[in-house]
Amino acid sequence: MAIELRDLTLGYDGHPAVHHLDGTFADGSLTAIVGPNGSGKSTLLKGITGILKPLGGSIERGKTPTRNIAYLPQSAEIDRSFPATVADLVALGHWRSRGLWGVITGTDYGAVREALEAVGLRGFEDRALDTLSGGQAQRALFARVMLQDADVILLDEPFTAIDEKTTADLIALMRRWHGEKRTVVAVLHDIHMVREVFPDALLMAREPVAWGSTAEALAPDNLLKARRMTEAWDEHAPWHEGHTHQHGRAA
Amino acid sequence: MNLFDFFVGPFVTYGFMSRALVGAVVIALSAAPVGVFLMLRRMSLTGDAMAHAILPGAGVGFLLAGLEILPMTLGGFAAGLIVALLAGLVSRLTIQREDTSLAAFYLISLALGVMLVSLRGSSVDLMHVLFGTVLALNNDALIMIGAVATISLVSLALIWRPLFAECLDPNFLRSVSGAGQAVHLIFLALVVLNLVGGFQALGTLLAVGLMMLPAAAARFWVKRLEALCLVAIGIGVASSYLGLLFSYYLSVPSGPAIILVAGAIYLLSLLVGNRGVIRTRLVPPRHRIA
Repeated sequence: MAIELRDLTLGYDGHPAVHHLDGTFADGSLTAIVGPNGSGKSTLLKGITGILKPLGGSIERGKTPTRNIAYLPQSAEIDRSFPATVADLVALGHWRSRGLWGVITGTDYGAVREALEAVGLRGFEDRALDTLSGGQAQRALFARVMLQDADVILLDEPFTAIDEKTTADLIALMRRWHGEKRTVVAVLHDIHMVREVFPDALLMAREPVAWGSTAEALAPDNLLKARRMTEAWDEHAPWHEGHTHQHGRAA
Repeated sequence: MNLFDFFVGPFVTYGFMSRALVGAVVIALSAAPVGVFLMLRRMSLTGDAMAHAILPGAGVGFLLAGLEILPMTLGGFAAGLIVALLAGLVSRLTIQREDTSLAAFYLISLALGVMLVSLRGSSVDLMHVLFGTVLALNNDALIMIGAVATISLVSLALIWRPLFAECLDPNFLRSVSGAGQAVHLIFLALVVLNLVGGFQALGTLLAVGLMMLPAAAARFWVKRLEALCLVAIGIGVASSYLGLLFSYYLSVPSGPAIILVAGAIYLLSLLVGNRGVIRTRLVPPRHRIA
């Protein structure tokens, strides 16, 4: 499934974090979103999942987005002190098939076990979440994404503070999803990894800077431009004129 | 006096004691799991705020009908819900966070409630509303408590999974379902419902004690969510029984006695629980070889 963005503006309190973004994540593409801190990368993912409503423009994402999009939030947004087991966390991935009220069956737990094996956490089902290392927790979350079995997979900084071995394993999983013709979009910081792994890249600095093949999008002059553009967040910026929507102008 | 007479006798001999026990135990059964979720969502003080918010509704019921159960319960439930909704609405429409707006509304509620009750009643009536009379539960009150517990436990079972997801990973829930907000509201309604159910017996201010203290104590013993709920229920039930026993033999007020027993169990758990101060700080840690 492709995701089409049309003149998309997303933000908080009227301040745009993503400003007039046009483009398409093609069906089956593997795209990295790159940009400085505060450039609107996570905001864009929240917009695509539907957590955040656009201030302007639109997102085309098929008929049943909540069933077709698997979203992995930044790990900091998950309460790992919550008294749950790894199996409890991963089983949330059955939401698509079981819905709000459905019963998680024995077969479902079989699938949880298989997914945990695939991410290298065999036998971790009954471990408490607060006993996991950061890397193990991220592996468990990837297992949940596997269970969601979605056409579109959105990953927000999936490799931050994760060791090399784990990162390599999780990248292999991501490539497998790409091989299965799923549309994969990941927010990343490591430019080298993006160049190695991702065929496409979107470079953002609130305004879209470049979107296309990774080699072109991450050319040095684009990266420099992104760094310059990202600084300003002006409390007193005048309201944007000439739009049907109202949001603060960035600079 | 043999042991049976000592521990069971009062509840067999006196109808008011057995009704008090049934009432308090059912309240504990229903309120403790709600308290566990409040604690896990870092909303422990919300229960307290909601307990205050119930007061003006109960006050209106009292003004219209005197010390009658149904009007005061319905009024309290409505007032609690209105405050919860207003607090949530303010946090969504303005920059003010929910904890602040909740504090503002419950303080307004409390003052309004005390004023309403005083308009018609004496300070004895006010004490009755604030601190309850578990020894004066009549059959109507017991039926009310039973109905509240039934609704609460069934609802909690129905929203268990989305509520679990909303606590653990709210952004994930929002990405797969629009139910997060509704689940939050249903949960707040359950908090109010349980406080209203408890306020006949324990009063608006102490009702929250059977909700939060067992949950807080259970946290020092077990890790799993299901286990937390079961242990909290057990602590609540034990507190109700022991509190009534103390109240009977020492001639002390029963509501505060129940909550004080729950408080003592909390302090004990804090000290000697599996995850309490002594085990985690004073016993030298052991570790496995791998």
